[in-house]
Amino acid sequence: MSQHLPALPVIVPLLSALLITMLGWFKPRLSFPIALAALTVALLSAVGLMGRVLSSGAAAYGMGGWNPPWGIAYHVDHLNALVLIAVLAAALVGLIATRKCVKEEFAERIVPFYTLFVLFVTGLAGILLTGDAFNLYVLLEVASLTGYALIGIGEKRAPLAGLNYILMGTIGASFYLLGIGYLYLMTGTLNMADLAQRLPAVYDSHVVALAFFICLTGLFVKMAFFPLHGWLPNAYSHAPSAASILIAPLTTKVMIYVMIRLTLTVFTPDYAFDILDIGNAIVWLAVIAIVMGSALALAQNRLKHILSYIVVAEVGYMVGGFWLGNRAGMTGSILHIVNDAAMTLCVFLAAGALLTRIREDRLAGLQGMFRKMPLSMAALAAGGLSIIGVPPTCGFFSKWYLISGGIEAGHYGFVAALLFSSLVNVVLFFRIFEIAYFEPLGQGHGHHRNDPSPMAEAPTSMLAPLVVVAVLLVVLGLYSGNLVSAIIQYAIPAQII
Amino acid sequence: MNEWIAFLAGKFNYWGFIVLMMIGIYAIIAKKNLIKKIIGMNIFQTAIILFYVSTAAKRDAGIPIITHGHGMSGHSARAVDYINPLPHVLMLTAIVVSVATLGVALTLAVKVYRQYGSLEEDEIADSIRARAGGDQ
Repeated sequence: MSQHLPALPVIVPLLSALLITMLGWFKPRLSFPIALAALTVALLSAVGLMGRVLSSGAAAYGMGGWNPPWGIAYHVDHLNALVLIAVLAAALVGLIATRKCVKEEFAERIVPFYTLFVLFVTGLAGILLTGDAFNLYVLLEVASLTGYALIGIGEKRAPLAGLNYILMGTIGASFYLLGIGYLYLMTGTLNMADLAQRLPAVYDSHVVALAFFICLTGLFVKMAFFPLHGWLPNAYSHAPSAASILIAPLTTKVMIYVMIRLTLTVFTPDYAFDILDIGNAIVWLAVIAIVMGSALALAQNRLKHILSYIVVAEVGYMVGGFWLGNRAGMTGSILHIVNDAAMTLCVFLAAGALLTRIREDRLAGLQGMFRKMPLSMAALAAGGLSIIGVPPTCGFFSKWYLISGGIEAGHYGFVAALLFSSLVNVVLFFRIFEIAYFEPLGQGHGHHRNDPSPMAEAPTSMLAPLVVVAVLLVVLGLYSGNLVSAIIQYAIPAQII
Repeated sequence: MNEWIAFLAGKFNYWGFIVLMMIGIYAIIAKKNLIKKIIGMNIFQTAIILFYVSTAAKRDAGIPIITHGHGMSGHSARAVDYINPLPHVLMLTAIVVSVATLGVALTLAVKVYRQYGSLEEDEIADSIRARAGGDQ
């Protein structure tokens, strides 16, 4: 049984999707427990995988008994075990927290909702574990299609935002497929480890360079890297809050993982940083992404729009940190994948909690929220402080690595962009806190001081996970040193210093 | 001149897929009608399928079915006699993906139409603006 551990995070959610659909005909109420059980098993096996990687190093697993390079191989190492745990944990917490929300928003349609969601997690877990470039495309589409549906299932502007997301997302995925096609033409293989062995012989070919650029462009669309971010803000802010809580922390992070995997494992750092030498150019693109993401966030007046543009800026952090090409930058980038998953989950969850009690997320409507929903606002504040990068929270530590990577590489534009974005985040969040701290003005009678708006917190099933995530931000911060020394330093190839 | 013709004709399958791809991207970017955009998206995906399948072709090669299979050992199949089956198999998956994408896209288009009574992007933008104005 234990040798099949790498397959479990994918197989269990996949089968549970089938189970939810079939049992859903008779007992829709069973959907949630099944999804919960499936994700718990997946998370536990991911933790088991991590334990195995820590004790005996990276390992490959031949799906269905077919050995690589002919069969589809799953490959587990420090990098994807870490991201897998982060993704599955975020999905599990999101699932628990949105239970009430889903019931209210979807009523009759909870069976399709949970089916789509476990399939979404299947896709993401598969992307993280697979060692086959084409299999990655298929799982990418599994995750994307379910993501489109989860966003488009909502009301109001959600279907239109979902449709735009489909058009952009399909272009992105197709570009990736095309790039993989070029690689297949040059090498005759699709297995990542095999590709890495055969590619050095054809490094001087323009086709390989083109394949690299096309794959990278496709992934940039998928991760919403600045000029290609068009789909993200509307999709995330108009989606039903249950869907945005579940999707926002996960998709972009997993796409950044794919970029790192492709560059480090398939093309090797020698090719990306020395032969093509595009690191500097991409860091400058990341600088633009960070600055523009932050500036556009400043121009918004709705909470979820602001948070979505912050996600766009954060993607710039991770891409830029990785392409600095030194150990500190990459450490920061990988650490930020984990931290940003937690931070994004925290702020979107807090926004979802606020939206259970107020109709709209316009900033002006947040007046008096500190009194009305103290715990949710405190969690939003914790998430905000972490995004700004205030010391004990985890956001500080990854930003510290990113900045020291930037200084080490002599890339002061990146350092300046990070500081600028932190300042903008300070302005953004303190504007929200300021509005939320003051009571709404009374209706002209002048005795509003005597009847403060009563406390009306979000349901406990949502509040408890939210508080846990907010506390986790600090815990992650305190243990980030251990995280780096025990896991992340092994995820980066030894040749990078 | 002759070299150019040889260059164009020798790689005609690639030219075909690039032209289709550009048509697809043009439709997605430039067309205002959502259904036309969706059709553009599908053309774009089909172009890539064409690219993969055309790379599998070989001169003087047959379909990859070994006629003297079971029990008739001794004859070894020579790879040059068969076209490469792998791209076809990969594209079977890609076709399924593109059909599914098309399905989801059309479903959302129906939802959009029910909501705004139009599939033209500018008319939808107008009615969104009108509704936002009505809220305030």
